[in-house]
Amino acid sequence: MNSAKERLVNGIVKENPTFVLMLGMCPTLAVTTSAINGLGMGLTTMVVLALSNVFISLLRGIIPDKVRIPAFIVIIASFVTMVELLLQGFIPFLYDALGIYIPLIVVNCIILGRAEAYAYKNPVIPSLFDGIGMGLGFSVALTCIGAVRELLGAGEIFGVHIMPESYVPVSIFIMAPGAFFVLATLTAIQNKVKIAGEKKGKDMSKIQSGCNSDCMNCSDSGCTHRLYDEKAGEGDKK
Amino acid sequence: MMKELLVILIASSLVNNVVLSQFLGLCPFLGVSKKTETATGMGVAVIFVITLASAVAGAIYQFILVPFDIAYLQTIVFILVIAALVQFVEMFLKKFIPALYQSLGVYLPLITTNCAVLGVALTNVQKNYGILTGVVNGFATAVGFTISIVILAGIREKLTYNDIPESFKGMPIVLVTAGLMAIAFCGFSGLL
Repeated sequence: MNSAKERLVNGIVKENPTFVLMLGMCPTLAVTTSAINGLGMGLTTMVVLALSNVFISLLRGIIPDKVRIPAFIVIIASFVTMVELLLQGFIPFLYDALGIYIPLIVVNCIILGRAEAYAYKNPVIPSLFDGIGMGLGFSVALTCIGAVRELLGAGEIFGVHIMPESYVPVSIFIMAPGAFFVLATLTAIQNKVKIAGEKKGKDMSKIQSGCNSDCMNCSDSGCTHRLYDEKAGEGDKK
Repeated sequence: MMKELLVILIASSLVNNVVLSQFLGLCPFLGVSKKTETATGMGVAVIFVITLASAVAGAIYQFILVPFDIAYLQTIVFILVIAALVQFVEMFLKKFIPALYQSLGVYLPLITTNCAVLGVALTNVQKNYGILTGVVNGFATAVGFTISIVILAGIREKLTYNDIPESFKGMPIVLVTAGLMAIAFCGFSGLL
């Protein structure tokens, strides 16, 4: 059970996909207008992530190496479709709030990244917990960002009024520009921690390592753009 | 009909800008916007791919998924179609229009990561757009992407000469810039 616990801690703290690795930024910005939306998106992603990790781990001996990424995408897309239909049927308010971002979970790089980096190489149980850990880390991050935006933008958290009456909500924070500002602050804090840590000689290479946002020079094989190179069988020649 | 298309054109390119108000295609928006030249290249490639992808995805939805009553498979079908399409376009350009491949080739593999492509295909279905309306919507969305990425690249070129606090160097200042651009784009909401 130790490996399971280790995976959970790893996903939530050490390699938190949002706060440490900076992965999956599109949904992070788009759905965090309130804490409840952030939580909903996080948990939805967690379900897909855990299920796809389990399946990919189960099939890891069967999927040929060359077509693994298209295979991952089909598996992920199937689970996303199932989860989407379930949400539509049972939690319609969340389905309406998240809208098009539910099917877009397919292109969330956290999921493909975990499939490639972990599930494809490891047994089922650790992969399951890796998915749950990463998913919980993502949920915690989205809920926090959503709570901050909701607090500043509407004076509420989870719909409960918190700020004093005299507080005038800065509604820009629940609108699109606010998302950029909150993320800018977050990455600035990351930079600060990273610089401070490096001065003390600690290994800070994990921070923002998920995506260095330099698509032109990206060499990360977990990143989807390599998929098409590899499918043509010329991945490393370029 | 013309009026409706014009409204979609303005709405998708400016008012509901794909990056600045819907947060789709953020990765290339932040990643390929260091120079205006590359940003323009990326923008043109995105226009090309999204327009084509919305036509193909629209046709597949209308003529295959709906008649066979399997519309619920749209997410799976669209992502595979887009992936195959980009691959195909790349091979086609390489073989038949090398000049265009020279200028767009590097960007094509990057575009497939772009969630805007899948986003447009899904929006077209969600809003019940026909194929023509869908193509116009796709084109407009991509134009919106190009406008914002080129503006951001222009600002970033100037930003390099500025004195920025240590921890805001790199991504944070770009995000602040994007946020300010998003505020500016909010002004377009009065257009319609």
